Amino acid sequence: MSRRRYLTFLPAALALSALLGCKPVPFTEAEKKAVASLSLSSLPPLPADPSNRYADEPAAAALGATLFFDQRLSRNGDVACSTCHLADRQFQDDRPLGVGISTTSRRTMPLADVARSPFLFWDGRRDSLWAQALGPLEDAREHGGTRAAYAHFVKDNFAARYAPIFGPLPDLSDVPASASPLGGETEKVAWAAMSEAQQEAVNRVFADIGKAIAAFERSIVHEKTRFDRFAEAVASGVEPEGDAALTDEEFAGLRLFVGKANCIECHNGPRFTDDHFHNTGIPPADGLSEDLGRQAGVAQVLADPFNCLGLYSDAAPEACKELRFMVKSGPELRRAYKTPSLRGVADRPPYMHAGQIPTLEAVVDHYARAPKSREGKSEVVPLKLSESERAALVAFLKTLSN
Amino acid sequence: MGFNWRYLVAIIGIAAVAAMALTKLYSVPPQPVSGPNFAFSKPSDQGTYVVAIEPETTPVKQGELHSWIVTVKTPDGKPVESAKITVSGGMPAHGHGLPTSPEVTDHLGEGRYRVEGVKFSMAGLWELKFAISAPQGDDQAVFNLML
Ligand code: HEC
Ligand code: HEC
Repeated sequence: MSRRRYLTFLPAALALSALLGCKPVPFTEAEKKAVASLSLSSLPPLPADPSNRYADEPAAAALGATLFFDQRLSRNGDVACSTCHLADRQFQDDRPLGVGISTTSRRTMPLADVARSPFLFWDGRRDSLWAQALGPLEDAREHGGTRAAYAHFVKDNFAARYAPIFGPLPDLSDVPASASPLGGETEKVAWAAMSEAQQEAVNRVFADIGKAIAAFERSIVHEKTRFDRFAEAVASGVEPEGDAALTDEEFAGLRLFVGKANCIECHNGPRFTDDHFHNTGIPPADGLSEDLGRQAGVAQVLADPFNCLGLYSDAAPEACKELRFMVKSGPELRRAYKTPSLRGVADRPPYMHAGQIPTLEAVVDHYARAPKSREGKSEVVPLKLSESERAALVAFLKTLSN
Repeated sequence: MGFNWRYLVAIIGIAAVAAMALTKLYSVPPQPVSGPNFAFSKPSDQGTYVVAIEPETTPVKQGELHSWIVTVKTPDGKPVESAKITVSGGMPAHGHGLPTSPEVTDHLGEGRYRVEGVKFSMAGLWELKFAISAPQGDDQAVFNLML
């Protein structure tokens, strides 16, 4: 080979080293737009909650914070919301299934920016934060109490803080110490024996407890992470510096996330969720009873007396659009679950609605294999991902934590 | 020695050129040859009606509920006042329907109807179908929207 021919290859060889050595191919305009759409800085202001007229009252939020951490709000005096939603653990508990008085059948959900979610729980069986809070309070496996007991508790312990916000507490002298339409047999009988006016008075105090807790939960928000600092730099056309600069592997993972792997189809927007329900073929956890996901959730939210259209909601019916226009039937609801946010996800295994998947590597493997759903039909299609692509996706997900 | 290191440089060079050509290729977004029709006013499939749609508030944002005004007229421009309209749709490329069940909630006169409860849960190509039933006949109009 002559010296001249060798020289003609030199620039190409240099270009290759540049390609391997540092800069990956820059983003296309479409990729830039996708990255910006995921950035926390594109989060709009928190919308009002017309169903809770106390949602933005500081005194209500302060009372709600007290109640959220108060273990006396339970049958055995040992369970608070914070027993499962730990403030220093993204308001979740790192367990496959939440444990209160006994073990539940679902994974505890983190609470950052939960006030933006139109439907609550993995199956969306509640349509507001305040209606949601009433669920665990009466669930025998969680707080295990009854609404009548909680009304008495508030009257005995928080009357001075309650009244200025919600108005005077009702007369509870003839209300049994424990009664609820959802309690045990004696509690159901006690509830049925109450007058309609008494039931309504207790329901109102119960709903107010939920509204105070909801006002507090509105303050739990996501914090910016390395990914957001990177996305802001990309959006303003400057070179990301310091910890905002993603490694080549993280960058490749982000590109897969918004591109070939199509995670952004469901994990979209600044919270990495479309707030919608999908069957992704996650198998039911062993030993739990049948779980139909959204199919059951739809029926429950429609029947909930505390929903947006109910007696205790502060919203005009026209404002209850999410509930009125939700999809109420169809095969796609079977074993569909709410898309979780992926912010902070690397710090909170195990994953999925019953903690079925232990690691992020195993999650990515699930999406690559796209197994058939045991019931209903999975929306996920198989993906060809190399070892390094799988690692890149996981590396990118870690940039969503601090 | 039998091995000539210059060949290695040459091979790396060829690989580099190929790699660059490929990345160049892949970084250009694919251009649709014949794209869908994005008109907001069109004759219904059988030509029974002329249907126009318009979002009530703009811009239409991903993930937010919003309403549309649908105007139904006969081909000679007479408003159709007693139409029954049902709304469906979805994302053809992903094989899923709409994330909500939009409904006609108001008849505003002059062939205009308000459809509430529309939501687009992701960016991309969406289809909105309006099935229209009125004394003139049953027909439907399908609109494409790029979000
Ligand atoms: C025993 C553990 C436990 C307790 C106690 C508990 N939770 Fe939960 N929380 C869970 C689990 C498990 C889920 C998911 C349940 C499901 O989908 O069925 C959940 C879901 C939620 C959600 C829904 C989040 C979302 O994104 O949809 C909110 C909000 C919430 N809890 C708030 C509360 C509040 C407020 C209290 C106290 C009144 C409370 N939790 C008490 C375990 C618990
Ligand atoms: C069709 C919608 C959809 C797509 C596409 C999708 N996801 Fe998900 N993702 C979900 C839903 C729904 C869940 C919860 C499923 C369940 O618990 O049954 C979930 C759960 C997860 C979780 C667990 C989070 C937690 O807190 O438990 C991770 C991590 C995740 N997805 C990552 C990804 C990645 C990475 C991709 C792309 C390869 C992806 N997802 C694509 C809808 C989707």
